[in-house]
Amino acid sequence: MTPNLQTARQTETVFRTENLNIYYGNFLAVKDVSIKIPKHCITAFIGPSGCGKSTVLRCFNRLNDLIKSFHIDGKIYYHDQDLYSSEIDPVEVRRQVGMVFQKPNPFPKSIYDNIAFGPRLLGYKGDMDVLVERSLKQAALWDEVKDKLKESGTAISGGQQQRLCIARAVAVQPDVILMDEPCSALDPISTLKIEDLLQELKEQYTIIIVTHNMQQASRASDFTAFFNVQANDKGQRTGYVVEYDRTEVIFQNPMQEATREYVSGRFG
Amino acid sequence: MVPSTNDSQSMNWHRSEASRWLDKGFIGVTGFFGIAVALVLLAIALRVSIDAFPAIQKFGLGFITTSRWNPVENLYGAWPQVYGTIVTSFIALLIAVPIGVGVALFLSEDFLSPRIQRPIVFLVELLAAIPSVVFGLWGIFVLIPLLTPIGKWFHETLGWIPLFNTVPVGPGIYVAGLVLSIMILPIIAAISRDALVAVPLELRQAAYGLGATRWETIFQVILPAAFSGIVGGVMLALGRAMGETMAVTMVIGNANVASPSILAQGSTVSSLLANQFAEASGLQISSLMYAALILFGLTLIVNILAELLVRSVRLKL
Repeated sequence: MTPNLQTARQTETVFRTENLNIYYGNFLAVKDVSIKIPKHCITAFIGPSGCGKSTVLRCFNRLNDLIKSFHIDGKIYYHDQDLYSSEIDPVEVRRQVGMVFQKPNPFPKSIYDNIAFGPRLLGYKGDMDVLVERSLKQAALWDEVKDKLKESGTAISGGQQQRLCIARAVAVQPDVILMDEPCSALDPISTLKIEDLLQELKEQYTIIIVTHNMQQASRASDFTAFFNVQANDKGQRTGYVVEYDRTEVIFQNPMQEATREYVSGRFG
Repeated sequence: MVPSTNDSQSMNWHRSEASRWLDKGFIGVTGFFGIAVALVLLAIALRVSIDAFPAIQKFGLGFITTSRWNPVENLYGAWPQVYGTIVTSFIALLIAVPIGVGVALFLSEDFLSPRIQRPIVFLVELLAAIPSVVFGLWGIFVLIPLLTPIGKWFHETLGWIPLFNTVPVGPGIYVAGLVLSIMILPIIAAISRDALVAVPLELRQAAYGLGATRWETIFQVILPAAFSGIVGGVMLALGRAMGETMAVTMVIGNANVASPSILAQGSTVSSLLANQFAEASGLQISSLMYAALILFGLTLIVNILAELLVRSVRLKL
């Protein structure tokens, strides 16, 4: 791929937030987030616990809607559509914006049915066997489970379960995959497998990953947003974006002192 | 680091003899009670079997297929009661399972604010605390006057179906089934709700994250995940329905017939026992014990079937 094309592709924006404030009831959880998520890139959200990384992530597929007190102001655009406008059906958003969770959460169904769950919801008419195989291959899990597709998805190892969850997300051919600390419950070898996998997946999908692991962010991502948290006089802790840039800038030459301290491990 | 003298004096790393003994004693006591409960069950089964033996010897399996109860000639058969037990329980389940699981779903999802939900959960569970004789009285004085015209309507319009081919006279199998369904409803609702609430939040999020609607999530993920718990609740309820005596005796009519019509009067094994034991003697007592043994067997079969059902579903999942 020529560098020019690469640049052209990367300038296409999938998500754009403008002055996004996220509230739970009266509590301001995250304030003033204005970032752009580029297409076919891996964007990492890093920062200390409680800084609102996951909260922001869950706005992109409107999973926060499940919490009754949740509301936002500011805007989130998904391909220039206002994601929180009243005409948008959150169920349709989630069909295009898949998610992989912190703890592997396969359904207590067979491996095959785990993958087929999403496509069946969408009324997939094609050859399900082919789709299941392709999805498992995309998640680098096919060789390990091809002889036990009828066995329970909960009976395989944690690392395999997480790749099964990735395959399940991929099976509906989403536009974006959100990953909320996908490796935090996994051993180092499984973690590396998933990081390798991310590089392959970004050819087809836009990926946003929340991680506590700074090596992971620096190894795997193209862009990095560093979140931090500050307490107001009432002791309420509000997260905000300190700095958002290309990953090598964040890790080698950040603008903000707080970013430099965090990525070098001096706090957080 | 070596602990300072002060510290090592205040710490005692050895457990006292008493603490060790207490541990062992606790295991012993709980073990004793656990085995004792099983022994009580075996002792009852054994006693009932021994007392039933003369009737088993005399009537054999024919006891289950004949419908006579003749103390004058000492000839007994419990087919109407076995039939009545199964039919009333089946009617009760048919009504109570969908409603009970529906109530459980309604009270486990976030349809209501917790402030309204909690009192309703409490009230549903309170339904289980009403004594069965009260249900019986309510059945006689409220339900029967209410149901008789409805039963008559069914008989007049659908009387050609065997299910409705007798004239309702007040008490009957359908009244008993309905009373039973109300009695077992709280059991099904409470246990199903516990099973539904126990489904991990992660599974719910996984389904929503894939673009499932609330209903798709409930029917394709949450209900299957809670299935074994719900079946457990239904089985407990079925056991209650088959064994329930007082309320059923009061509303079923206690007729010694096995009619295909649910509008007809009938009896169940437990209503038979309740009605007869006071004036029974000799072979009649033995026959009642035989009937009790059959009821025992029925509940056992139901529980085994439930276990098999849960297992086969678990394998499929």
